[in-house]
Amino acid sequence: MDVLKKVPVREQDPKVRATNFEEVCLGYNKDEAMEEATRCIKCKNPKCVTGCPVSIDIPGFIKEVEEGNIEEASKVIAKYSALPAVCGRVCPQESQCEERCIRGIKGEPVSIGKLERFVADWSREHNIKPQPPETLNGKKVAVIGSGPAGLTCAGDLAKLGYDVTIFEALHEAGGVLVYGIPEFRLPKETVVKTEIDNVRELGVKIETNVVIGKSTTIDELLTEEGFDAVFVGSGAGLPKFMGIPGENANGVFSANEFLTRNNLMKAFDESYDSPIVSGKKVAVVGGGNVAMDAARTALRLGAEVHIVYRRSEAELPARVEEVHHAKEEGIIFNLLTNPEEILVDENGRVKGMVCVEMELGEPDASGRRRPVVKADSEFTLDVDTVIMSLGTSPNPLISSTTEGLEVNKWKCIVADEVNGKTTKEGVYAGGDAVTGAATVILAMGAGKAAAKGIDEYLSTK
Amino acid sequence: MYKILKKEVLANNIYLMDIEAKRVAKSCFPGQFIIVKIDEKGERIPLTICDYDREAGSVTIVFQAVGASTQRMAEYEVGDTFRDFVGPLGCKSELVDEPDEELKKKKILFVAGGVGTAPVYPQVKWMKEHGVDVDCIIGARNKELIILEEEMKKVAKNCYVATDDGSYGFKGNVNDKIKDLIHNEGKSYDLVIAIGPIIMMKFVSLLTKELGIKTIVSMNPIMVDGTGMCGACRLTVGDEVKFACVDGPEFDGHLVNFDESMKRQVMYRTEEGRAVLKLKEGDTHKNGGCGCGGDK
Ligand SMILES: Cc1cc2nc3c(=O)[nH]c(=O)nc-3n(C[C@H](O)[C@H](O)[C@H](O)COP(=O)(O)OP(=O)(O)OC[C@H]3O[C@@H](n4cnc5c(N)ncnc54)[C@H](O)[C@@H]3O)c2cc1C
Ligand SMILES: Cc1cc2nc3c(=O)[nH]c(=O)nc-3n(C[C@H](O)[C@H](O)[C@H](O)COP(=O)(O)OP(=O)(O)OC[C@H]3O[C@@H](n4cnc5c(N)ncnc54)[C@H](O)[C@@H]3O)c2cc1C
Ligand code: SF4
Ligand code: SF4
Ligand code: FES
Ligand SMILES: [Mg+2]
Repeated sequence: MDVLKKVPVREQDPKVRATNFEEVCLGYNKDEAMEEATRCIKCKNPKCVTGCPVSIDIPGFIKEVEEGNIEEASKVIAKYSALPAVCGRVCPQESQCEERCIRGIKGEPVSIGKLERFVADWSREHNIKPQPPETLNGKKVAVIGSGPAGLTCAGDLAKLGYDVTIFEALHEAGGVLVYGIPEFRLPKETVVKTEIDNVRELGVKIETNVVIGKSTTIDELLTEEGFDAVFVGSGAGLPKFMGIPGENANGVFSANEFLTRNNLMKAFDESYDSPIVSGKKVAVVGGGNVAMDAARTALRLGAEVHIVYRRSEAELPARVEEVHHAKEEGIIFNLLTNPEEILVDENGRVKGMVCVEMELGEPDASGRRRPVVKADSEFTLDVDTVIMSLGTSPNPLISSTTEGLEVNKWKCIVADEVNGKTTKEGVYAGGDAVTGAATVILAMGAGKAAAKGIDEYLSTK
Repeated sequence: MYKILKKEVLANNIYLMDIEAKRVAKSCFPGQFIIVKIDEKGERIPLTICDYDREAGSVTIVFQAVGASTQRMAEYEVGDTFRDFVGPLGCKSELVDEPDEELKKKKILFVAGGVGTAPVYPQVKWMKEHGVDVDCIIGARNKELIILEEEMKKVAKNCYVATDDGSYGFKGNVNDKIKDLIHNEGKSYDLVIAIGPIIMMKFVSLLTKELGIKTIVSMNPIMVDGTGMCGACRLTVGDEVKFACVDGPEFDGHLVNFDESMKRQVMYRTEEGRAVLKLKEGDTHKNGGCGCGGDK
């Protein structure tokens, strides 16, 4: 074995997986995991831990893996994270824990994410369940939203003995984990459902089909329903559009709509009722993780797919692994390209997209070089479907119906980073609703911080 | 799970159901809607709240079996349950927030087309409960398709029925009736609320624009989540793009781009047709031809 290299992970062949929705990465088996674990030198002052937003004791759990004590390893992780099978799959490890791993200085970092995933999958297969607390403290907390922020906050509070109820607007718990991230990256039945069930095991109740701000309000939860505190983890679910001509044509979708139809509503499965129009030639506008997910989904539904992104490859905000997977599967990248207009036929359907070529100019406020239009570069991309993946912002449903809950100019809820405290007494918030669209693990970190904040508030109240 | 407490057939293919849904019943208002999902595999079907009983914790919906999902819903009976039922969604009708005194000063005409009578009903009932007299036109292609006439008569000051073929009431469409009321019966109105097929709302809005009467319509574009998350329900109002599920469903009829909305409504026509076929073929199988003894 070459200690400078990760133990390779098995993946579905690109040609095969481009036609199915099964998971791309197959993960390590026990032997592979134990072997990879030997590469970790169990640093006294582990840099990797400082890169993990929930500070998982990484050398601690890897040591157990190395010795083959997987159940012990899972107990170590469980102290810090309620969703290890999720994070092991979708965390941007390369810019977090693994980026700081000292193995990475000379060679490849330890494959922390894949090891975490292995431990979580093994625990599920061996039916290891978390233990609920022995006594309850008699205090009730409401959690709004069942995404990673809400699930983490709820799980942590339940462990401390709180009586926690999660209210979820959709018919299924999980937030972006169920409606956004596709099956081939994050299996719903096995991985997501199990981790949510584990949160339930801790005593957390989940009430679906409740839209806070409509079905009931935060104030009613605090007064009529007897909750002592509320955590808002409502995410950033409002899709942006470009505002170009033709954008309301049939065949133009937000990535949220396209992914929701396929993931939450399971439109790819014939036996489900919700329809989806996949198109034959699809342009996905944007370059983030969401754009890669939409593109790879359209591909699996049988389309030729183009990613249309206005900057160059170096600026693609998506994870390197996702871009790599997308290319392997045959997604075409039209970089330095920006849409100007969607062409519409007489029936209101998309018949093409007018684009211009871009070149990179001076760096802008974000430090990235600003794309500028190349003169006389207009051309028409021959597509019948356009998926807009331009980012999302927090939904104003809650802020607009809650007196005293301050938001900033991007409609993000104002909350203290350390303890999740908002401008309204007893109300805490975290995750994408506070930061704008970010990552699973940052949302979990915020949920954790808020659980601590709520516990401090209610213990002294 | 949400239990069906009552089921009635109002007309051929038009059904009324009372559903037990305590949270919705407690907080809903006229103008809002719910989304129902029949079972695990069902799609999310938006339907207007047609009535509600806060004490009993029930909500009334009225739906027309137009496609695979609504046909499947129509097979459900009292005592059965729907897996999901979420609401109230959308904004309540603007009228609900106006002081009664202001409302009483207005001369309001409701125009209901076909199943659109169902969403009009709670608004007219609200007016009655707040002492406001309003007029209402119920329009349909023919007599068989007129629903909730008796109920409406109890709450509207004047309730007129118009059928395209003259099989009942006034002969002509709702626009003909509006003109008849204004030109022949000396009526005048400050506000029209029109709910029905898009094509009807479009033509009523064109007429009332000519007549200079402010008009509210209730839009029902294709929806998925109903919470502002997907943008499927977007439509153009004036020069703005709105999401009907959170910004509406009611909008100023003189500003809505109806032609665009009509095109968007048929976006999934092929897939929907296929679904109906699948449902039918499923039924054929169930009712025999396969030797399973399901034949009558
Ligand atoms: C397609 C896609 C791919 C992604 N890929 C990655 C990835 O690979 N790695 C990564 O780290 N991150 C990824 N992200 C980002 C990540 O998923 C989010 O940052 C994370 O889910 C945010 O968690 P959250 O708990 O704050 O909110 P969400 O996951 O958005 O959950 C919020 C929940 O609150 C519910 N809700 C909203 N309003 C209300 C209300 N009024 N009442 C009741 N419930 C309400 C919503 O229905 C939702 O279920 C991706 C996002 C998308 C969309
Ligand atoms: C806010 C709102 C309120 C509504 N209120 C009522 C009501 O009170 N009574 C009633 O009978 N109908 C109502 N509708 C329409 C109803 O939702 C559709 O008739 C139903 O979804 C059709 O489903 P289907 O599978 O049976 O038919 P399909 O064959 O799938 O579709 C038939 C037609 O229904 C429309 N439709 C299909 N799917 C959707 C969807 N997901 N969302 C919206 N429209 C869709 C399209 O125009 C389509 O062409 C309302 C729609 C909205 C958006
Ligand atoms: S949770 Fe994410 S950042 Fe933390 S150790 Fe696991 S993969 Fe790394
Ligand atoms: S930095 Fe790398 S080698 Fe050191 S403990 Fe962390 S994972 Fe192991
Ligand atoms: S239905 Fe999804 S945003 Fe309105
Ligand atoms: Mg349908």
